[in-house]
Amino acid sequence: MKRTARALVLLPESAFLFKKICTGLLILLGLLVVAAGVIYAAYWRPALAPIATPPSTAFSAQAIEQGRILAGMGNCAACHTVKGGAAYAGGRGMATPFGTIHATNITPDPQTGIGRWSLAAFQRAMREGVARNGEHLFPVFPYTHFALASDADIAALYAWFMTRPPVYAVTPANTVPFPLNQRALQAGWKLLFFRPGSLPRNAARGADWNRGRYLAEGVAHCAACHTPRNALGAEVQGSAYQGAAIDHWYAPPLTAANTAPLPWTRDELYAFLRTGATALHGVAAGPMSEVVHEGMDASPDADIRALAAYFAELAKPQDKVAPPVDAASVIAAGIKRSQKVGMIDNDRGASLYVAACASCHSNSDGQPSLLRPELSLNSAVSAPDPSNLIQVILHGVGKNEGLRGVLMPAFAHSLTDADIAQLAAYLRRSRSHQPAWSNLEATVARVRAGK
Amino acid sequence: MHHLTINGLPFSADVDAETPLLWVLRDEARLKGTKFGCGIGLCGACTVHVDGRAVRSCITPVSAVAGSAVTTIEGLSPGGKHPLQQAWIATQAPQCGYCQSGQIMQAATLLRDYPQPTDANIDAVMSGNLCRCMAYVRIRKAIKLAAGLQEKADA
Repeated sequence: MKRTARALVLLPESAFLFKKICTGLLILLGLLVVAAGVIYAAYWRPALAPIATPPSTAFSAQAIEQGRILAGMGNCAACHTVKGGAAYAGGRGMATPFGTIHATNITPDPQTGIGRWSLAAFQRAMREGVARNGEHLFPVFPYTHFALASDADIAALYAWFMTRPPVYAVTPANTVPFPLNQRALQAGWKLLFFRPGSLPRNAARGADWNRGRYLAEGVAHCAACHTPRNALGAEVQGSAYQGAAIDHWYAPPLTAANTAPLPWTRDELYAFLRTGATALHGVAAGPMSEVVHEGMDASPDADIRALAAYFAELAKPQDKVAPPVDAASVIAAGIKRSQKVGMIDNDRGASLYVAACASCHSNSDGQPSLLRPELSLNSAVSAPDPSNLIQVILHGVGKNEGLRGVLMPAFAHSLTDADIAQLAAYLRRSRSHQPAWSNLEATVARVRAGK
Repeated sequence: MHHLTINGLPFSADVDAETPLLWVLRDEARLKGTKFGCGIGLCGACTVHVDGRAVRSCITPVSAVAGSAVTTIEGLSPGGKHPLQQAWIATQAPQCGYCQSGQIMQAATLLRDYPQPTDANIDAVMSGNLCRCMAYVRIRKAIKLAAGLQEKADA
């Protein structure tokens, strides 16, 4: 009774308020529609005319070769080739938080590939993330990086792809749900996150650093894995190269935040990127092994050295007064710690290590061997995320991965999730100064199921 | 078909890709010197060399060693004259013998990495090769003897 009375009293005022809110909302909606229209119009791109597929004689051998090297540096095949499938024929599904997006066919097949794309269309895709037909591409295609490539390098990549054997392969449909599948919405994404531009030469740095930055930020798109992404899938600008989880692996930080016991110097970076392994950090496994052995192996030494120069600078501590790491004593202390093993009845992790790992991983005093990866120096053991260590225990390291010619068997069928969790916990405790990993067993289960 | 080299000879195995190398060696190549122990890579009885490094063959699928050179105890040395084999006989290291081919193959990698192994080296590298007869003392002695023989041969 009382309530009704009050409501009656308030009625004229609420009606007024309601009207005001409605008007406000309508104005806001109108503004949003206008803004969306403006953004859409600003980012609208026409279809570019299809061309007759150019004959391979249209390209110089030099451009094709340069394109081959750049396609390796960009590791284009990793996404655009299905495992065991025809090169660059697309179809590989990439699971994103927004659904599975399939890499397209970039062979010069006129119907299903890019055979009818002009150089201008190819360049626009690389620079602006727009397909020949004018549709916005999803940023899972890292045009945000490729935009930095020079005209000559883009033309070389075009020459390389247009001279590959054409493969008829229809790209499977993506599973991105409505409304996210509306490519027009990518205009908004681009407005928020895409700043096309070039990298002006940094005169304070050497030629190798500048070349390394050009490759790393551009074609090689290192940040695509090593930088965390926000809720909309864009690289977080303030967190460049701070490390990120990807496909049940962990792309470690490439800054001073990297937790490896020894610094990533130029020499270490060069050895790692060139050969896939160093005695002082460990091996490149999983996706990074593909990058090294199936991508960058085409690159000349000078480019690998340039990348090493760039990332060595990035990895330096910000604190200029930080005392330099005394590598010899870190190595000696690490190996000493590793050597303190023995069958320990109440430590299953230690017992498993002795039975399964020590024969290959033990090292003599002060001499970490490339063939005996020293786990006290290993970057996977000291990383904040245990995924890489778990991956390697589960699936091993093939003889064409990591250090070529040397294989580590897979223990997925030998060890339970609990076994691997205890082994990883033991290695973490005994061979790093980092805090214990939490929820290890659940992480092992997740990584195991992920593959 | 999986192509590899076994003891210097080309070999092709028409088996499932996941077939452990151990069974290719024993059942396809009929080389019975390599033994099945635990089947999960935790005892060392099945140790062979893949491209010169000790590898546990029971958990290594044949597809993982395609194109590799595999060496078994039968191929360690022509005529069984590897310093380890000589030392094994001289010290009468084996008792039942089941784990011995794995022990010798692992010890061969040990001696390659550490030509003059310390007790700590031997403990670290060989502890994963189990011996139910507890012949560990004689195995250690044999390894040291072999290191001496190897040094003499190299001199």
